Amino acid sequence: MTGYILKRLLSAVPVLLGITVIVFLIMALIPGDPALAILGAYATPENVAKINRDLGLDAPLVARYFIWLGNMLTGDFGTSFSLNRPVIDEVLDRFSATLLLAGTSFLLCTLLGIAAGVISAAKQYGWADKGITFAVLLGISIPSFFLGMMMILIFAVELRWFPVSGMKMAYGGGGFADVANHLVMPAFALAVVATGVVARLSRSAMLEVLRQDFIRTARAKGVREGRVVWGHALRAAMVGIIPVLGIQAGFVLSGAVYIEMVFQWPGVGRMLVDAILKRDILLVQGGVVFVAACYVLFNIAVDVAQSLLDPRIKT
Amino acid sequence: MKQGMLNWTRRGVLAAGTALGLALSMGPAAAQTPPGVLIVGQIAEPKALDPAAVTAVNDFRILMNVYDGLVRYKSGTLEVEPALAESWEISEDGTTYTFKLREGVTFHDGSAFDAEAVKFNFDRMLKEDHPFHDTGPFPLAFFFSSVEEVTVIDPLTVEFQLNAPYAPFLSNLAYPTGLIVSPAAVEEYGADYGRHPSGTGPFTFAEWESNTHVILNANGDYWDGAPELETVVFRPITDANTRTAEMLAGGIDLMVEVPPVALSEFEGDDFTVVEQAGPHVWFLILNAKDGPFAEKAVRQAANYAVNKTALVENVLEGTAEVAAGPTPPAFAWAYNEALEPYPYDPEKAKALLAEAGMEAPEVTFFVTEGGSGMLDPVAMGTAIQADLEAVGFDVTIETYEWNTFLGEVNPGLEGKADMAEMAWMTNDPDTLPYLALRTDAWPDKGGFNSGYYSNPEVDELLEKARVSTSQDERASLYQEMQAIVQEDAPWVFVANWKQNAVTSSAVEDFALEPSFFLLLRDVVKN
Repeated sequence: MTGYILKRLLSAVPVLLGITVIVFLIMALIPGDPALAILGAYATPENVAKINRDLGLDAPLVARYFIWLGNMLTGDFGTSFSLNRPVIDEVLDRFSATLLLAGTSFLLCTLLGIAAGVISAAKQYGWADKGITFAVLLGISIPSFFLGMMMILIFAVELRWFPVSGMKMAYGGGGFADVANHLVMPAFALAVVATGVVARLSRSAMLEVLRQDFIRTARAKGVREGRVVWGHALRAAMVGIIPVLGIQAGFVLSGAVYIEMVFQWPGVGRMLVDAILKRDILLVQGGVVFVAACYVLFNIAVDVAQSLLDPRIKT
Repeated sequence: MKQGMLNWTRRGVLAAGTALGLALSMGPAAAQTPPGVLIVGQIAEPKALDPAAVTAVNDFRILMNVYDGLVRYKSGTLEVEPALAESWEISEDGTTYTFKLREGVTFHDGSAFDAEAVKFNFDRMLKEDHPFHDTGPFPLAFFFSSVEEVTVIDPLTVEFQLNAPYAPFLSNLAYPTGLIVSPAAVEEYGADYGRHPSGTGPFTFAEWESNTHVILNANGDYWDGAPELETVVFRPITDANTRTAEMLAGGIDLMVEVPPVALSEFEGDDFTVVEQAGPHVWFLILNAKDGPFAEKAVRQAANYAVNKTALVENVLEGTAEVAAGPTPPAFAWAYNEALEPYPYDPEKAKALLAEAGMEAPEVTFFVTEGGSGMLDPVAMGTAIQADLEAVGFDVTIETYEWNTFLGEVNPGLEGKADMAEMAWMTNDPDTLPYLALRTDAWPDKGGFNSGYYSNPEVDELLEKARVSTSQDERASLYQEMQAIVQEDAPWVFVANWKQNAVTSSAVEDFALEPSFFLLLRDVVKN
């Protein structure tokens, strides 16, 4: 097992290097530069040159890449010019906020999605199945940002049950209850689509397993139906469900960008959107590399979990 | 600043929101924050609270409440009055400014405000060998590029030596870039000063939690009278729809930059909408060098063809006024009251085109997706295209994201386009025409005259106004310039933006300034 994990980790290195090259090139090639973003209408060639000099953007492209990569390997992600703050501080702050949001959503979509899928499969063509299938279709079809805005209008503006936006109250907030209160709406809005996908795939994975011989054997032996479904069948079906969960984790992470904009959640997605608009090169690069590294690691973890459940996958 | 990327279906959603709001019958918006604490909905996270290091209006809104400059704008105008300087004298030749400083003023950190502090501020920004020049970069330092030397005469007298007479100097001092920071605090925090600001203003800095809030507390010892509020909280809410929802739900007490389509949400007794025209002008640069707009008659035809009234009323929902010329009326002292906007007259436009012998002239039109002060550029561009086509132009729109757009337009339109959208917000009537209408401001000379307008008479008037030390003389020179430029029509003059803000019913005595600064000293929150 250790060898397998090591091998997977090593194979991630070229992936991450490739990501650094791609994000660096994209930021270098998109039109418009930080000096223009800073100076706006005042961007005379003279002022632009001065700003570029101050930001170290006058060095050749290749040199800039290796300086950046070298610094990053020593843990120095540079300083964000638009926030006047070390990139790594900002990214960690923001990423923990995203992790809280995406993690809660992921938990929600996993629990609700699998439960809905299992119930649906166990009662195939029954009322529960039909109701769940309909709800799932609805959930998959609603764009999450639209759902978020509607939730704000109904539950925050009209009913005043939850705050509109942010992660804590602007004045005198910050406790657990305050953050939890702010988390409810964005976490649900983000989880809805993923829940639908997980429910659908759990249902089909379960249906396939429920038709198999060992299930018939278990039932013939007189095992209670609840244990057959939630014990024997679900365990077998998890092999098919876990890779879907891995994909959904990525989906929830990327979907967080929209939800963070709507709910002004101070996460890494919103940070990247702002940073791109301001051409804050180091912040975009650092943020993307960090998120990509986390995603790669998460996928390795999913693969490892899968191989633990199904020894045939280990190679 | 504008947040282009995720502006989703603004109109649609707000329309749906209004409908939903009516359906559920709106409840009263009760403020959830305690009295004396004002929560301001900002449009973005500030970059730094160091006035010399920032360029965004968003940051200025905080800074103007923490710091003072040597001079400031008189309330409700764009004319300078004393602030940290009690008085000043200008030498005959207009190159020496001597300021008498206010006595007994201290920075929030306890250090004294004096002539040495003033010198420290400008040397830090302007001299590359200053020990704290590395606390920059100082992107707007060129506002003071005419300053040659700052000399301390005595603790309460400071002298600025300019390398040439430069009339906008005083209004540049009133701009946030001229706000005075505490030298002691800069020495203590170095490059991190922007997160530990210390000024002399009505509010002292208390706390900055990234992406959550900046908190200021009242400065009870303020030299110009203590503020009414105890605390001000600035909250960054980048999305305009979310900002609107926060205002409706009572999460914030004051909201700036209300989207035009959301204004109708705030009718009624629970809210007050405040408006103020500012030094802003929205125009179309016309390429006077090549293509159809090289002919003056065609440029005038474009001015007659565009229905400016419809633009400001329908597209901008009344958040702007029709512009008459290159100088916004907010510069009251320098504005030519006699100018009337080009009337909407499609027949006249057609006649002018026929006179010039133009049969369906082809025009390439650069439109931006967003950008500072650009209002609703895509919708406006489309409406303008339709107006021009109605009189016979054949208009092709090319749309660019703001940064890319500036990269295309600033180097000049020659060979690329015939017209481009543009907007400027300035602090002196000199700035825009000097940088964008003179012959010596063509892009190849480092200016912003991207349409290559050239009129020696205008050049002379602008040069003269810049070195004059008499405001009356400057005013008449600018007024003459405006009349000539309007007639020459190097631009299509479209709109002057009115800045807006909404306050909850708990907020009193709030007003917007023509400078677009947000001044909170006199505001009361019940």
